[in-house]
Formats: sequence, structure tokens, C-alpha cells
Amino acid sequence: MEQQYIDLYKQQHENIKKHSADVMNSSRDVAFELFEKLGFPTTKLENYKYSDLKEPLSIDYGLNINRVNIPVNPYEVFKCDVPGIHSFLYFVINDAFYPVNEPNNETLPKGVIIGSLKEIATSHPELLKDYFGKLSTTKNDGLVAFNGAFAQDGFFMYVPKGVVLDKPVQLINIMRSDVDLMANSHNLIILEEGAHAQLLVCDHTMDDVRFLSNRVTEVFVGENATYEHYKLENTHIKTTNLSTLLIDQKASSSVLANVITLHNGVTRNSIEIDLDGEHCETRLCGMVIADKNQQVDNFTYIMHNKPNCNSNELFKYVLDDNSKGGFTGKILVAKDAQKTSAFQINKNILLKKSAKMSTKPQLEIYADDVKCSHGATIGQLDETAKFYMQSRGIPEAEAKLLLMSAFTSDVIDNIRIHALQDRIKILVEKRLRGELSKCEGCIICQ
Amino acid sequence: MLEIKNLHANINGKEILKGLDLIVRPGEIHAIMGPNGAGKSTLASVLSGNQAFEVTKGKVTFYDKNLLDMSPEDRSREGIFLSFQYPVEIPGVSMVNFMRTALNEHRKYNKLEPMSATDFLRTMREKKELVEMDSNLANRSVNEGFSGGEKKKNEIFQMAMLDPRLAILDETDSGLDIDALRIVANGVNKLKRSDNATILITHYQRLLDYIVPDFVHVLYDGRIVKTGGKELALELEDKGYDWIKKEVDGE
Repeated sequence: MEQQYIDLYKQQHENIKKHSADVMNSSRDVAFELFEKLGFPTTKLENYKYSDLKEPLSIDYGLNINRVNIPVNPYEVFKCDVPGIHSFLYFVINDAFYPVNEPNNETLPKGVIIGSLKEIATSHPELLKDYFGKLSTTKNDGLVAFNGAFAQDGFFMYVPKGVVLDKPVQLINIMRSDVDLMANSHNLIILEEGAHAQLLVCDHTMDDVRFLSNRVTEVFVGENATYEHYKLENTHIKTTNLSTLLIDQKASSSVLANVITLHNGVTRNSIEIDLDGEHCETRLCGMVIADKNQQVDNFTYIMHNKPNCNSNELFKYVLDDNSKGGFTGKILVAKDAQKTSAFQINKNILLKKSAKMSTKPQLEIYADDVKCSHGATIGQLDETAKFYMQSRGIPEAEAKLLLMSAFTSDVIDNIRIHALQDRIKILVEKRLRGELSKCEGCIICQ
Repeated sequence: MLEIKNLHANINGKEILKGLDLIVRPGEIHAIMGPNGAGKSTLASVLSGNQAFEVTKGKVTFYDKNLLDMSPEDRSREGIFLSFQYPVEIPGVSMVNFMRTALNEHRKYNKLEPMSATDFLRTMREKKELVEMDSNLANRSVNEGFSGGEKKKNEIFQMAMLDPRLAILDETDSGLDIDALRIVANGVNKLKRSDNATILITHYQRLLDYIVPDFVHVLYDGRIVKTGGKELALELEDKGYDWIKKEVDGE
């Protein structure tokens, strides 16, 4: 199945480059050669053991290499209802940044640049050149290499030294097409020393066709900077969502990443965080609610390269029907990374016998003065707690719901945008009730 | 209000209750005592609808309704309350949310509107005082990290909130120091009215110094083998259960 894409690249690479930017093109051929060598990942690879992508990768997707305009106006169709979030709002339709048409965004603090990666790479190449591809091109990963060869655009955010974004930035990825479609996009986020930003990425799908998105996000968090990254997936069951989040943290920086999969088809999140300075704080959380034949694999890798850093990881899954979950918690503590503390928890509830969970903590510790712990559980809802609630008059279904909400509550507590936290509580509850978890007024998730 | 006739019940195929009879009328306090393994807690579990126990024979009616056909939640909403011997910890579910859900389910069952937030909080406050419960406990998760005494106080607090017609207190005195025992017993006494009833299940006589029963029953080998007034409890305290065992086994 790789061959058709290899042929496509060989025929079309001029067109791909023509509709992208020089900075992005400079590493394109190298990425392509790497993909030629690696191919798509299979479950035979240790890091992809729980991501079975064979079926979704065998579909004959279209690619919009020549940037044909997709007739949709997200400002009209998308009414995000997170009351009170007052975000700076941006859209990527499939793999193309949608022109900004939001008066609110004009109030961005001075010096902050947000927009299309392709356009900013052309107009301000000096902003990108020290960052673009620095994390992604060194990865020996078929999906990242594929993205490097085919991605032509994406989302770009630059927050200069000391600037604080007091409102969250929201990026909505919308998949919209009349035929089966693949989208590759590359996001680049740069926070200079002492900057602060919160980014909420929402993944949605619009049409009843097969979609595959393969997105790579590089994030550079400078010294003393604080960055929060929320990813909320609410896509339909015909979606394959492959996402690679690469974060580089400099000294004394603080990062919170919270990856929530509410509804999906097949999802693979790779999250790699490189602690590249002392006194970094990292909190990595995630939650999955899946039923039917949904499949979600979160692969996480935290690299403690320098001493005196703390990392804390918490992932929770609620799996029903024939759904499949995977979690890998890889933590590396380098030889010199003394006084590291790294904690990891993954807890899972299987609501039916047919649901399946695979979990794997993987700690590689080369330093001798560290505090590390990990724990993983797979179980059912607590029957004694359920009976206790019923004996107080709470119906069985409501008792189950309360227990499931309680189970996921500590992940939701790790959302530092209050309006979003309240909203996600409601969405999770709706989802657990079996109702659709779409935002009110949104016609996209049908 | 409650009528138990020839009740037989198993757990894991082993018969624990072997033909138990009991009648409880409004305004009465019954104490059920007996040696370990007699079936005291099984009786409480069966009455509250614990699925781990299987009723093989007999009848239980509560205000002329067949109790054994009802789900645990319906039994609660009909007015039966079980104070657990080992109250369950439920991390992540706050006491406030838990109690509001339970109370409003009771109201819905009785075709009443949900209680307003102000009324609910006022009721919580009043009932907490009844068992001298630390007001912070209400903001915490249900029973999570509570001491043994706090857990038992919390059971009586829930009982006060739900205002049952029949309360079954399963070994509520076990693991309590004397102060907590006094507070718990006071709470139970204050909730006592002529239109409700209480069944106290206990191993020791100690609780009966604070809550005076109208009837004392001795449960042994799955049946009630002796019934008397409050003086029977003192006799048991004095002489132990061996003489009862001899009397029964010698029959």
C-alpha cells in the first residue's frame, strides 16, 4: 500500500513543493526517502504494537496536492459552544489553514504571530528556520516521514519573549470532503523565554466518507515559559486520526498536555516530550471513552535528559462493546538526569468482556538518584460501590454513570481553562449516557 | 409494616437463613442479637436487595408489597434504609452530589419536584448537626479517607436525609469509641417517631444502653430462636450465647 504514495510523490513532488514553502520543502525529499525505507508502521514494531492501521491505510484516499478550494465556510458552519471560553479562533480545513476572519483575533498581544505555516514560512522565514523540523526530522517513524513528504501547510503560532496570552487559542481541525480523503498537516508552535500560552485543538469531521488525517505538531517551549496543550477529539467512526505531538522543553519551563478522545474511529496519538533543561515541570494526561469498534492508542514518551525535572502522567480509559485501547508509557531517565521524579498511572475500566485494553509501562532509568513509579490497572466498575448507591435510592444506570464520571474526574481536573473544564464534564457525561457528545449548535458532528 | 415469613437464603450455595420469621410494626425498635455466623448480616443484606444472596423460600412484605421483587433502589425509595457494617468508599463522587442525587430520586418516586439548591443545603446543614458531623466531610468524596467513626456517623446522616420508614442498622456499634457510639445512638434516638421503626443488628449489648429496644431477638443458625424484652439483652451479656446454643441444639 506504500507503493501508490511513493509513485504519487515521484510524479507530483514538483506540485507539492509549488504549493508549499521553501522552509518546508528543504527537508521534503529527505523525508520521502526515509518513508520509502520505513513504509507505514505495522503492529510488528514495538512502538506500534497496539495500533493496527492496516485496514485504514489500505483505503484509496484522495490528496489535495494542488490545493483545490474546498467550498466551506467554517465561520458559518462551526458554532463552538464552550460558553465563556472567548478564544482566539482558527481553522484548518483538511490540511489547509483557513483565512482568518475573526475580529477578536485583532486583539492579540503585540508581537504574537498566528496563522498559516505556509504563508508565514514564506513571509517570515527567519522566524521558523531555527525550529521547523528540528524535532520531526530526527524521528525514525514512518508516519512522521510521510507527513514530512506530503504536508504543505498547517497552523503556526509564535509567542515572543515574556508575552502572556491571557485567552486560549483554539485550533479547529475540520475534515470536509465528498470523497475519501487524506490530510497531512504540520503545526509549529514557538514560545520564547517566559511566554505563556494555552492551545485547544479540536478535531472534527463533517461528511460521511472515510477520512485519514496525519498531523505532526512541533512545540518549542523556551526557558521559564508555560504551555498548555489540550486536544479534544470528537470525530466520526469512519475517521482515522494519526497525530504526533513533539514537545521540547527548555530549563524551568512548565507543560501540561491533556489528550481527550471522546468519540472517534481509529486513533493513534504519539506524544513525545523532551526535557532539555533543568527544573522542568511536565504533566501529561489523557482520557478515552470508546465503544462500538473504536480503537485508541496513546503512545507516550517522556525523556528526562537533564537533572531536577518532574513529570507526572495520568491516563484513564472507559471501554465498552468491542472497543480496543492501548497505552504505552515510555520514560527515559538519562545517566546525568539525577533528582528526577517521574510518576505514571494508567487506569482502565472495561464495561464488557468484549472490550480490550493493552497497557505497557516502559521505564528506562540510567541515573541512580531518582524517584520513579508506575501503576496500571484494568478492571470493572466497583460492584460494592454501585450497590451502596442503589441502596440509597439511586437507580442502577445513574449509579454506573456517577462511578464512570468519578473515574474520569481527575483527568478533567487537569484542565486549567474553567469554561472548558465545565464543558468537558458535560460532554463526558452525555457521552457516558450514550448521547452524542457534540457541542450544542454544532452541525458538524452529526 | 414488615412481615418476614419462613425466610430461607443462600450465599454461594450455602444456606444461611433457615426459616426466619419476624414482624415489625411502626414505632417499634427491634434488636437482633446472636453469635458470629448466625446470619445477622445476611438478613440485612437480603432485606436491602444484595444480589449476592439468593432467597430460596419464604416471603417478605413491606406495607403489603412484596419486597423481594423490588430492586435495591426501589426498596430504598419505599422507605427501607440499611446502615452498612462496612460503608463503601467512592472516590470522585462528592457527598453533596451523592446525597442530592439520592434525595431527588426519592422525591421523584414520590412524585415531588427536585429540592431547590437552597433547601437542599439547609437540610444538609441541619442533619449534619444531628450527628455532629464535621462540615468539611460533605465536600469530600463519599467515605473516602473517613475514620471508622466518621463513616458510621455518615450512615446516620444519610438516614436523617432520606427519612426512612424502616431503618436497619447493621453492627453500627462495631469499631466505635464511646463518644462516637453516644453520638450515633443520639442521632438514631432523635430520628425515632411513632410512624417509623428500627432494626438494630448487634453482637454486643453495649449499643442497647443508649437505644432501648422494645424487643430483643436471638438469631442462631439461621432462625430466631428466642424473643424477649430488653432484659434478654442483659441476660445475654451476662451469660453469653452458649446456653441458647445448648437449648436449641438439645431440642
